[in-house]
Amino acid sequence: MATVFKKPHALKDLSLHYCPGCTHGIIHRIIAEVIDELEIEGTTIGVSPVGCAYNNYEYFHVDMVQAAHGRAPAVATGIKRVHPDNYVFTYQGDGDLAAIGTAEIIHAATRGEKITTVFVNNAIYGMTSGQMAPTTLMNQVTTTSPFGRKPEIHGFPIKVCELLSQLEGAVYVERTSVHDVKNIRNTKEAIKKAFKVQQANKGFSIVEVLSTCPTNWGLNPIDSLKWLESNMLPFYPLGNFKGKDLEV
Amino acid sequence: MAEKLLMKGNEVIAEAALRAGCRHYFGYPITPQTEVAHYMAKAMPKINGTFVQAESEVAAINMVYGAAAAGARVLTSSSSPGVSLKQEGISYIAGAELPAVMVNIVRCGPGLGGILPAQCDYFQSVKGGGHGDYKNVVLAPSSVQELYELTVEAFNISDKYRILTIILGDGMLGQMMEAVEFKDKEDIYQDDKKWACTGTKMERESNDVTSIYIQPEILENHNLKLQAKYKKIEENETRVETYNCENADIIVTAYGTVARIVKNVIKMAEKEGIKVGLIRPISLWPFPTAEFEKYAETPKAFLSVELSAGQMVEDVRLAVNGKRPVHFYGRMGGMVPSQKEVLDKIKEILNK
Repeated sequence: MATVFKKPHALKDLSLHYCPGCTHGIIHRIIAEVIDELEIEGTTIGVSPVGCAYNNYEYFHVDMVQAAHGRAPAVATGIKRVHPDNYVFTYQGDGDLAAIGTAEIIHAATRGEKITTVFVNNAIYGMTSGQMAPTTLMNQVTTTSPFGRKPEIHGFPIKVCELLSQLEGAVYVERTSVHDVKNIRNTKEAIKKAFKVQQANKGFSIVEVLSTCPTNWGLNPIDSLKWLESNMLPFYPLGNFKGKDLEV
Repeated sequence: MAEKLLMKGNEVIAEAALRAGCRHYFGYPITPQTEVAHYMAKAMPKINGTFVQAESEVAAINMVYGAAAAGARVLTSSSSPGVSLKQEGISYIAGAELPAVMVNIVRCGPGLGGILPAQCDYFQSVKGGGHGDYKNVVLAPSSVQELYELTVEAFNISDKYRILTIILGDGMLGQMMEAVEFKDKEDIYQDDKKWACTGTKMERESNDVTSIYIQPEILENHNLKLQAKYKKIEENETRVETYNCENADIIVTAYGTVARIVKNVIKMAEKEGIKVGLIRPISLWPFPTAEFEKYAETPKAFLSVELSAGQMVEDVRLAVNGKRPVHFYGRMGGMVPSQKEVLDKIKEILNK
């Protein structure tokens, strides 16, 4: 009998700890599929963040380093400078990348570090139980914006792809989503391209993936996907910001 | 034949690191240690090494964390306010048991303070500095020659025990030019670093470098393992210079540049018929407690001379353990005590 679907080799055969309906699992699988398809499992080194994915080093069949909150791009810089022929990626959430680690991501990008960042944006702090993130939408209720995010009190959400695409060292910048099958496929293509950009030594590559947090959004998994589509997509437009035609 | 050169302290640190096989340096400019970076920026490209001027001290220490996790011999250097910023990364390096070397050319604080010599970061260096129960090896050279020898040694200690080793100096040492005699070949501790993240090459299970252990039993065991390692370091890596302590009237203790002043005080005191001994801790952690215990009942008193409000003196008191009075004399803010000041203090203590 022909095998039509199996677990990618780069993902260990373990149950993930994420909440039901959370899309971290999908994104993990995509990364593992890309690693398998590019046949780079033996030469990839990952960097885990602080946040819900803090221990995702346990899930991948590749060497991984757990980083302090927000510092993954600096840690990845150190790794890549030691092993320039290896593939180095960071996996970071919105609090990690766009709040406490803003300096590290901007400077890794502007230095053109040959690393790939997978940036998971679910508009909230998941692990610490639903606080306002730098990417929290206007009027969105969180545990630290209980009356909704207000511009006069909380300021505005950060659009990371729009920001980073201004930097010369960032050569591939794309925003995708995983709320339906078509977009899951697009996300895989984008992450694959980001790794190929690294393979071609072109510079810094990042894929921002819009993701859900059913637990802290207070929605069931299906309504979470709908909420992402109807609330996040209008503010965070999907598509390529830079490097679409990059030859890799 | 060994090479003898006249060099600046900070440049010797960089040269020593290169001779020790360090090919990765990450740092951020701050006075009075920036010559380390200047030297590395010139030297590294010629030998296929890495020099990165980071966006901050926070980033620099995390680059060190990454490079160390990837199995490299790695150096960063900074000065007091920068080292405060590095404390987060230092704690992670301790937790993840990574080998690395950091130089702190201490300036006076608190806050932005000043750039002149001080020893006010003793507590921060030897008691931890960041969060958690951990130790760094802290070496305190007192000459440019020792800067060279101890920097090479620092890399060996770090690799041997998977620990951060700090070279603790001050602006006087970093900026001073002195003759330094380099060996033809360094003794390099060899370690295959099987734990490092280098890519599995599909030949082994994946390696993880982490400092998080959510299960309390596992985290306690991890801490016990760290403490056992620190005990082993205390047994094997304590370094001290003892001078003139037999039958001494008073034993002065000082480290780094201050110890050089004290050596001159010993000569001055001799002329006045006072026998002054010196215990100079070279490793500040592990602290040479046994040496103090050995001489605890020899002199009438001990005196700790420091460029601080009194920090090492606490460890001296613990070591002497009440057997003799332990006095303190210190200057702060970049002021350095004269030999006469120290001698006057000795005479005051001895009622002479």
